[in-house]
Amino acid sequence: MSAVEPNVPGSAPLLRIENLKKTFSIPTTLFRKPLTLTALEDINFTVEKGETLGIVGESGCGKSTLGRCILQLISPDEGKVLWLGQDLTELKPEEMRKRRQDLQIIFQDPLASLNPRMTVGEIISDPLRTLRPDLSRTERRARIIRMMEAVGLLPEMINRYPHEFSGGQAQRIGIARALITEPKLIVCDEPVSALDVSIQAQILNLLSELKDEFGLTLVFISHDLSVVRHVSDRILVLYLGRIAELASGEMLYTDPKHPYTRALLTAVPIPDPKRARMRDVEELMGEVPSPINPPSGCHFRTRCRYAIEKCAAIIPPLEEIPGGRLVACHRWKEID
Amino acid sequence: MTDVLNVRDLNVSFALHESEVHAVRELGFDLRQGETLAVVGESGSGKSQSFLAIMGLLAKNGRATGSARMGDVELVGMAPGKLDAYRGKDIAMIFQDPMTSLNPSLKVKTQLAEVLVKHQGYSLDKAIKESIAMLDRVGIPAPERRANAYPHELSGGMRQRVMIAMALLCRPKILIADEPTTALDVTVQAQMLDLFKELTNDFGTALVMITHNLGVVAGLADRMMVMYGGRAVETGTVDELFYDPRHPYTLGLLSSTPNPESRARRLNPISGLPPSLEHLPEGCSFNPRCAFRFDRCLVERPPLEPVGEGQRRKACFYEGPLVAEERSA
Repeated sequence: MSAVEPNVPGSAPLLRIENLKKTFSIPTTLFRKPLTLTALEDINFTVEKGETLGIVGESGCGKSTLGRCILQLISPDEGKVLWLGQDLTELKPEEMRKRRQDLQIIFQDPLASLNPRMTVGEIISDPLRTLRPDLSRTERRARIIRMMEAVGLLPEMINRYPHEFSGGQAQRIGIARALITEPKLIVCDEPVSALDVSIQAQILNLLSELKDEFGLTLVFISHDLSVVRHVSDRILVLYLGRIAELASGEMLYTDPKHPYTRALLTAVPIPDPKRARMRDVEELMGEVPSPINPPSGCHFRTRCRYAIEKCAAIIPPLEEIPGGRLVACHRWKEID
Repeated sequence: MTDVLNVRDLNVSFALHESEVHAVRELGFDLRQGETLAVVGESGSGKSQSFLAIMGLLAKNGRATGSARMGDVELVGMAPGKLDAYRGKDIAMIFQDPMTSLNPSLKVKTQLAEVLVKHQGYSLDKAIKESIAMLDRVGIPAPERRANAYPHELSGGMRQRVMIAMALLCRPKILIADEPTTALDVTVQAQMLDLFKELTNDFGTALVMITHNLGVVAGLADRMMVMYGGRAVETGTVDELFYDPRHPYTLGLLSSTPNPESRARRLNPISGLPPSLEHLPEGCSFNPRCAFRFDRCLVERPPLEPVGEGQRRKACFYEGPLVAEERSA
């Protein structure tokens, strides 16, 4: 793929995804062949140290699967997940476990992702049990307290149980648990989607503070384009398992190239009545097709107002275009 | 403009094991013919329960007092049997998850036609014909075919369109939509919001849009009512509240909402947590989270009172300017 720069030793990005593909098998009836759902294919991108890469897309686009593939919580069928040049897909489970110190995740439903029978202290320190068994009790406790303070939880809450906490506080516990191993990269999978607006803003600010404080790199997965714009340096747009576009947040929002990105952006409600009334919504017809039986050629063509015959016949390659951005559309130049 | 709904002193409470929780208190507002009123608030603000109460759809342990008048008809306290004459006919409600409101074992057309047979006394044939026309009207492609489908065979967006079609069959005066687009993808949400605009225009239906999404409010509503801790804390036109909020909570909501068109470095969240309805703070319920509070707010509850000459109201003692950092004009 032309988009991938050569891997110069010594300048390896923190994370590089190469030709990633993931399929799932969907059982049908007893004697029929199972169906294949292609969740991700031809995924190529890098994540640089210290940046926040936003991943956006609608339901079924593969954004959560991608997050889980990065962490090897599910193994991709093909392709590489290069962490500082080392392919995580090749690691033995024991070696991968050690790597998990560097790579952590925060989930969407904060309460569902916390074990209800463990205290807050136990939950937050749980990753240390396997990853840092060498730490003494006092060291471990000191770390728990430090993390609780970092995420804005009172240390005296250490012996409480998850059900005593609100959604926002539970998400703080989840963040503390992710931070305690001193990771380099955190995958945030819809971390604020389940939260009320006022609490959502608190957590977004917290994540950006922690990112600076701990020198973190974030992969931020969300369906909410306003939130993604707010937190991300660069943004990756997925549609039905493929990359549609990748660009800096500023470029993507002010000058989108892919017809899908354009439509997606005009569909985002703007919290400003006068602007909202002035705006021209480039309305997309229909809904996202089923990933079990996606359209031939460009997956987006069935909803695309610019689609031509070529789009049905040939999958548009992910092209590098000026500004260090990537776009997968046969006609991006013409429609620009 | 005439009012289609007048709500006064509406209270909703739920009996628990040994106590009673007040979900809505002293709510009062008017809904005008053909307008879109957004009801905004976070979880536990009472925004959904207020309208479930008006529809007579409270859970078994719920109790509503006060008044909700639709013309001469008092809805609060009406027997369920009598309510059925109005529900679905003059006042209809749709919900976030259409799958929970549609009967999974009946074809779409059967469910739609039933409404017309019951309320308008149509023959089944005529009712089905009318239902298919309405499916077409709400933008369902191949409506004859879709009318024969079961709900599970339709996508999320289609199901929500079916719900809207069903709600509008009798051309109700009032349509209450409780987070109707929250479960939908953003491109489908945009289609739905357009549809709401078009239909309320064409049918002259007054729409109550219950939502937590200020983007949805900005694009759709004429007026809005902000609720907190079971009470209305500010009401006015959308422009008044967005560009000149007078209640600190309204300001907080606006400053917490990221704008896709401008990337602010930091959001200005409201500190603290929403109150538990069982332990509402003394005085103004918002006072523990309020940057503008003073002594009076801790002991006395501010009533919802007019602001200036117009129609807007707020429940706040603070009269100074509300200034948050980085608020864009």
